[in-house]
Amino acid sequence: MQQPEPPLISLERAGAERGGRWLVRGVDLTIRKGEIVTLIGPNGSGKSTTAKIALGVIKPDEGNAHRKQGLRVGYVPQKLSVDWTLPLTVARFMRLTGGVSAQAADQALRATGISHLLGSEVRNLSGGEFQRAMLARANARKPDLLVLDEPVQGVDYSGEIALYNLIKQIRDDIGCGVLLISHDLHVVMAATDRVICLNGHVCCQGTPVAVASSDEYRRMFGDRVDPALAVYEHIHDHTHLPDGTVRHADGSVTDSCHPDDGHHDHHHSHHHAPAAGADAGASASSGEGAHNAR
Amino acid sequence: MLDDFFTRAILAGLGVALVAGPLGCFIVWRRLAYFGDTLSHAALLGVALAFLFEVNITLAVFAVSVMISLALLLLQKRATLSSDALLGLLSHSALALGLVALAFMTWVRMDLMGLLFGDILAVSKTDIAVIWAGGIAVLVVLALIWRPLFAATVSAELAEAEDMHPDRANLVFMILMATVIAMSIKIVGVLLITAMLIIPAATARRFASGPEQMAVFAALAGMAAIVLGLESSLRWDTPSGPSIVVAALALFLLAMSPLGGWIARLARSRRHSPKSEGSAS
Repeated sequence: MQQPEPPLISLERAGAERGGRWLVRGVDLTIRKGEIVTLIGPNGSGKSTTAKIALGVIKPDEGNAHRKQGLRVGYVPQKLSVDWTLPLTVARFMRLTGGVSAQAADQALRATGISHLLGSEVRNLSGGEFQRAMLARANARKPDLLVLDEPVQGVDYSGEIALYNLIKQIRDDIGCGVLLISHDLHVVMAATDRVICLNGHVCCQGTPVAVASSDEYRRMFGDRVDPALAVYEHIHDHTHLPDGTVRHADGSVTDSCHPDDGHHDHHHSHHHAPAAGADAGASASSGEGAHNAR
Repeated sequence: MLDDFFTRAILAGLGVALVAGPLGCFIVWRRLAYFGDTLSHAALLGVALAFLFEVNITLAVFAVSVMISLALLLLQKRATLSSDALLGLLSHSALALGLVALAFMTWVRMDLMGLLFGDILAVSKTDIAVIWAGGIAVLVVLALIWRPLFAATVSAELAEAEDMHPDRANLVFMILMATVIAMSIKIVGVLLITAMLIIPAATARRFASGPEQMAVFAALAGMAAIVLGLESSLRWDTPSGPSIVVAALALFLLAMSPLGGWIARLARSRRHSPKSEGSAS
């Protein structure tokens, strides 16, 4: 494989713990210029934690996290509450971390369709407007890497499509890498190059399938079919049980998915048959059942 | 009549208010009122130590405040107690230690009331020099860290992710706080310093459309409270610190009244074009 330039960020077996509990463990992740990577997974699966490790906000407790020298980041956090005592207009918010010209701010706000809100106070924006403002702010920085933690939360369906198109547009325009955390377990942005499914560790990864490519999805989604959306098919060789333990393809149950417990948890392949939903469990685990290597 | 001591008091007070306003905005935005209280209560320990080692009071208070700030940062990283419990622990232990230490020093005859509520008679020319030199230094440093500090106030994670080094800005901010507390003791007293930080900032909130503007308005509101408070203190022979705080409160109530609302609307309608508020950063 050719390697024209180093990746923007790379995590090697990275993990973070809080109070003796692993939030996420053994994550391998690289993002290159122009690449869109989507993280999906249930609540508490460590998506935001993984993003924060990648950003350097959380130092990994095991493994490594590397960032390219002088990496310029645009970050849209999952939660941001502006205290009412803080007088903050959208215009001021746009240059919060500096280096944004009035022109770039205006352009970015126009792209998200909220340039009319320039003089409004941030705390008076609706949820969807605020998400747009945060995306505009990150975009206006002309970042090398855009990290978006559930950027479409609180945005209606058509707005979601528009934002996904915009994110793709930003990637095409400035050639940045994008790390996107999706709130949806199955529907992701179609322009995604790679989907990584997390549940305390990397459960599976692959590429999404365009919704429009299969009749079954078209029926399932009805009028939600849009080229901006795609479906990710999970292929898991293990199932996360409600009590937090894990049942593997060979039927054994362990406390976690960490490789040290003797189960290989990576699955780089995927297939295109529009099979039933996620976590269908132990479908294809050819020869990956129980090898204690590592 | 403007006696000499009174002019000195006004000068010193204006210097304190000028700095307390902008810093107070951050106290309000970050909900750190209790932190301000903690530092000022700890100031009493500083005063006791100043007597014990015969050093300058302002300097000793500054040193103790910085140590309390650092202890807080350290404990927040290590301990399992919540921040406000930690602050309470630090605040009242320092206060108690200070009082006990003072009681042991029987040879020290000090005016505890003056310490708690401020003492304009005690303001010397040196004090004024210290307040203004320290105040200008604080403002310069605050302007330098303004952008990262403000970004960290809005979101620490965002600031960290976008290379604003919020930890550094927070540390510098705590040192600035310690400086202002040390400067303010003679003017408003240990018990009321937090009021000088918070009330002018709260008054300014009503009229400000941006953080930088709020900082300037808070400084102005604080300076007005100093002049009003000291004037009435002279006229009615009331203690200086409480009088200043009462004046600040009166200004706040005025700002909250319909008259204040009318002024706020007027101010807002007058600035339609994008304003030049960013000069502080």
